[in-house]
Amino acid sequence: MDYLLHILILAAIYSILAVSLDLLAGHAGLLAVCQAAFWGLGAYASAVLTVDYGVYFPLGILAGMCLGVLASFLVSLPSLRLTDDYFVIATFGFQIIAFAIFNNWASLTRGPLGIPGIPPPTIFGWRVDSQWKFLLLAVIGAVAAYIVVNRISSSPFGRVLHAIREDEIFAASLGKNTLRFKVTAFAVSAALAAMAGSLYAHYITYIDPTNFTLTESILIISMVIVGGAGSRWGPLTGVLVLVVMPESLRFIGLPSAIAANVRQIMYGVLLVVMMLFRPQGLAGQYRFGR
Amino acid sequence: MNIRCTGLRKSFDGVIALGNISVQCPTGGITAIIGPNGAGKTTLLNILTGFLSPDAGRWFVGEREITGLPPYKVARMGLTRTFQDVRLISMVTVLENVMLARPDQTGEGLLHAILRIGVAGEEACNQREASRLLQFVGLEKQTNERAGTLSYGQQKLLTLACCLAAQPEILLLDEPLAGVHTDTAANILRLLQQIRQNGKTVVFVEHNIAAVREIADFVIVIDEGTVVAQGPPREVLNRPEILEAYVA
Repeated sequence: MDYLLHILILAAIYSILAVSLDLLAGHAGLLAVCQAAFWGLGAYASAVLTVDYGVYFPLGILAGMCLGVLASFLVSLPSLRLTDDYFVIATFGFQIIAFAIFNNWASLTRGPLGIPGIPPPTIFGWRVDSQWKFLLLAVIGAVAAYIVVNRISSSPFGRVLHAIREDEIFAASLGKNTLRFKVTAFAVSAALAAMAGSLYAHYITYIDPTNFTLTESILIISMVIVGGAGSRWGPLTGVLVLVVMPESLRFIGLPSAIAANVRQIMYGVLLVVMMLFRPQGLAGQYRFGR
Repeated sequence: MNIRCTGLRKSFDGVIALGNISVQCPTGGITAIIGPNGAGKTTLLNILTGFLSPDAGRWFVGEREITGLPPYKVARMGLTRTFQDVRLISMVTVLENVMLARPDQTGEGLLHAILRIGVAGEEACNQREASRLLQFVGLEKQTNERAGTLSYGQQKLLTLACCLAAQPEILLLDEPLAGVHTDTAANILRLLQQIRQNGKTVVFVEHNIAAVREIADFVIVIDEGTVVAQGPPREVLNRPEILEAYVA
């Protein structure tokens, strides 16, 4: 039962990450390869504040989200003037820089040793000290993220994002300040990813830089693409497929060293098959690189 | 409201696209810009709407200088445009394309989008106005179809509706009749005349000289980046050199 709860909690946290990236990639067409960097920022901000300074958990999560937003401005304001492949490369650069900071700013992040002993969250006296309670908290976070992204994408704001995704020149010719919309969407996406990071840190209770690598960013992108970018249920479908499906390997008796490699192969094969036969994803309509 | 420019120059890698253009399009009329391919007509439109930076020159909407403003600010100052290639959101409905174009939407603010404060009423208003414009251009039956499924001519009509939804004073249309059926072309010409009657200024780039004769109040002839003639069509289009070079 504990194992099942663990998978469900991870799925809920990954749902926040996938939904946050979908706002950017699926609705605005901006394929950012740095979601794990914002995830890490949220995790480290909350972990450092609660472990080193004894800050109250909700303030830690809020600080992580604010840091995510500030970092998003640093990335988005220069990089959103770029288009297509150049934007992807710029966000890739940010992911690499963020990892280097997590790994090398040892006085703050404790570098490769990581931060142990992150306390379980306490919210208005409610101590989240069991898996059931944490599942509830993670699901509340996932539902909140889903509602925010769904409300944005189905509003006039979302209509402009869709216009940017399909034809930014058209949107600009109608008086839409496309940079403002992209920067805002990037900030919301970063804030939600940072929230997921904070939840993750307090659930796992130990973080180190290897939790927030480029591989994680690519996994989050895979969830969005496999599930279906820019669709209501696509990112959640992607999370189910890419978090739950690889767990099946545990039940067929493969040694853990081999299972880890098989899992990577499964991701790769799945992505290739999806690109060949259903580029819009399992539940989506929008195709990248049309 | 009129649009005018002075001393516009633009070159691409040493090739002069616009030499030294100074023109003024009359208020509330239809101005046609004609000339051979590569004359600089689209370059002129791209500069006036902020999509291209010139090497020199200034341009104005009414008394307000709009030199160097980005495209979205130009549009907000009452100058909207269409493109040679149809530009639309093909994945969404015809209605949503027109609603997108409505200016100053409360729901385009982040907090309003999330909290939905004051959005529903405005959306209903925008929907009514979009429906009215779709009826105006004759696309009311296609309201809920995806824009990408429309014929090319219908897409041109939809771009015109989008342009109007942005509530411009001046419309710049780049070859609105190119590639459309004659019936649709006649419909577009009729619409342009109605738009003029509503007090808007229309500027269009066109190769169809018969259409220019039919509806234009003023003609500007551009060749090799310079204005070679301008004035009322009856006067300009009957000049022997213009007839020989561009009309015949």
